[in-house]
Amino acid sequence: MSDQQQADLRKDEVEAGTTTGLASPSVDVTSDRQNSLWSDAWKQLRRNVLFWIGAVLGLLFLLMALFPKVFSRGADPRDCSLSRSGQAPSSEHWFGFDQQGCDYMANVVHGARNSLIIGLLAVVVILLLGVVVGAISGFFGGWVDSLLSRVADIFYALPLILGALVVLRSGFLGRGVVAVAIALAAFGWMTAMRLVRSQVIAVKSSDYVAAARAMGASNGRILLRHILPNAIAPVLVYATITIGVLIAAEATLTFLGVGLQRPAISWGLQIDAGQRLLRVAPHLVFFPSLILTMTVMAFVMMGDALRDALDPRQRS
Amino acid sequence: MSTASTSAPSGSARAGFGPILEVQDLRVQFRTGSGLVNAVNGVSYTVSEGETLAILGESGSGKSVSAQAIMGILDVPPAEITSGRILFEGRDLLTVSAEEQRKVRGPGISMIFQDALSSLNPVYSVGFQIGEMFRAHRGMSRKDAKKRAVELMDRVRIPAAAQRVNDYPHQFSGGMRQRVMIAMAIALDPRILIADEPTTALDVTVQAQVMDLLKDLQRDTGMGLVLITHDLGVVNEVADNVAVMYAGRIVERGTVDDVFGDPAHPYTDGLMSSIPQLEAKGGRLLPIGGQPPNLANIPSGCPFHPRCPKRRIGADALPGRHCAEDVPPLRLVVPGREAACHYSEEVLGA
Repeated sequence: MSDQQQADLRKDEVEAGTTTGLASPSVDVTSDRQNSLWSDAWKQLRRNVLFWIGAVLGLLFLLMALFPKVFSRGADPRDCSLSRSGQAPSSEHWFGFDQQGCDYMANVVHGARNSLIIGLLAVVVILLLGVVVGAISGFFGGWVDSLLSRVADIFYALPLILGALVVLRSGFLGRGVVAVAIALAAFGWMTAMRLVRSQVIAVKSSDYVAAARAMGASNGRILLRHILPNAIAPVLVYATITIGVLIAAEATLTFLGVGLQRPAISWGLQIDAGQRLLRVAPHLVFFPSLILTMTVMAFVMMGDALRDALDPRQRS
Repeated sequence: MSTASTSAPSGSARAGFGPILEVQDLRVQFRTGSGLVNAVNGVSYTVSEGETLAILGESGSGKSVSAQAIMGILDVPPAEITSGRILFEGRDLLTVSAEEQRKVRGPGISMIFQDALSSLNPVYSVGFQIGEMFRAHRGMSRKDAKKRAVELMDRVRIPAAAQRVNDYPHQFSGGMRQRVMIAMAIALDPRILIADEPTTALDVTVQAQVMDLLKDLQRDTGMGLVLITHDLGVVNEVADNVAVMYAGRIVERGTVDDVFGDPAHPYTDGLMSSIPQLEAKGGRLLPIGGQPPNLANIPSGCPFHPRCPKRRIGADALPGRHCAEDVPPLRLVVPGREAACHYSEEVLGA
């Protein structure tokens, strides 16, 4: 149909009263703003206070990990003097001193780097494993799905901490940052996999995938446009929340003595050392725990906000 | 409206064009835990340019499954197309490659579904989804595709299209959503549009608007329309020809006026008596007795015979026309009329 015919059609419709004139001259798109899932999600996210609190905190800890010197107010975590052992917080030294007489604020600030690296690294591995295995499992179904799901079940049988503990104690990965991250990811990917798998299965059989297929969308396009975006959103939310959980798990492993080891600086090590002096110097447990909790909270808050933003039905 | 149309004349007198879509002896089975379910058992029909063919049948009569087979969107397994040909412009869609088949969907044959809300992806704006048609098939840029999406939304008469192009499916009313679906389906000017119960989920006034829209679009583009429905009123209003399905078979076929005016199959006759008629005000509605057939265990002979008031079994039956034993073929009863009943002549004019 030519433009002229279309214009005629519109004119006729308006005259016949089947449509309002309002609808007619709207070919001019009001703005060329890009409308995608992500740009709309961002628009929603920007209005969420919870997200901003989480993001500011997250950024703070990120900067702390990148430039610890700035935050430790010039103090060196290794500059210790036993004469100051266990001193309480003062206006000069906000977090006080640890048992070795080192500036505690400098130590806590320097702990951010290891915690964040482990949290982020482990979550990246979890995402990769979870999305790939889950997508394969959900998309192909059948025996592939059965096999991969059983493998996931086997890993599920071992709790995260216990599994990581066994791997780290066996020692074949070493005891460094990467080892801890891999050990955590190895026993933490199954939930992400199940999320992706169930989402892929649900979306695969949805009416809109059938409709897209009926309108000639290729498999690749269906996977990219329909299945993955719908499957990724919940797993991203899960991943964001999991960063916090993993950071806490790292602290737990370290506290149990199988994670990072001295002279590495980490919140887990600090809490571990502090708990023996809990009665004498409670600030040694309090400060790393506080920062740890805030870090975990920052990621959980961002994850929550992200979940709301990625579901258009939740938008106001 | 009609002044702007380019198109083929309306009415049923368009048989001069060769058929665009020709379905021949289509059979579809489902393998289920409790055995084979024969959903479609030898269905044949043709659709020509500008023609509206209604496929009428109750739930489980195989009408939607046959449409899904044509679109190539059956879940295989459990479904399996065991025989038949689906000729689109002379090419058998069941034998061409998957990629060839895909390229037909959209510009060749397109489809709209009953539930527009679940047929639209909740995470994309409607403009994006309509635009996808152009991006997927024509490689258009995002911006151009969006412009075309607004044009299409205008064309399906969505008010204030330019303002609503960025809205999400859940922000539209049921009727507007179905219009969005229609906009997607007609985006590439398909030669055949299959509408699977397009108005079932809508209320009556909106139903009429959507059907009017489909008819107007058909008049403009000359596309063939396959209307799958169980709504006799809709068939009566918009279709040229009707094929009545029962137990995965076509039991009667002809122009809507002929079939509805004087059914040649007892099932169609039963359908006619079971709906309220203005003329028969105050009279009783006569439902069809019995239950729809179990597709895993279709009755022998004529599948309708257990419910048929005109059945002839035992000594009543004529040789080779035993309702419980001999399957009645779809045969020409009077010119332009086909019915699958041994005793159509007795049903006609009754």
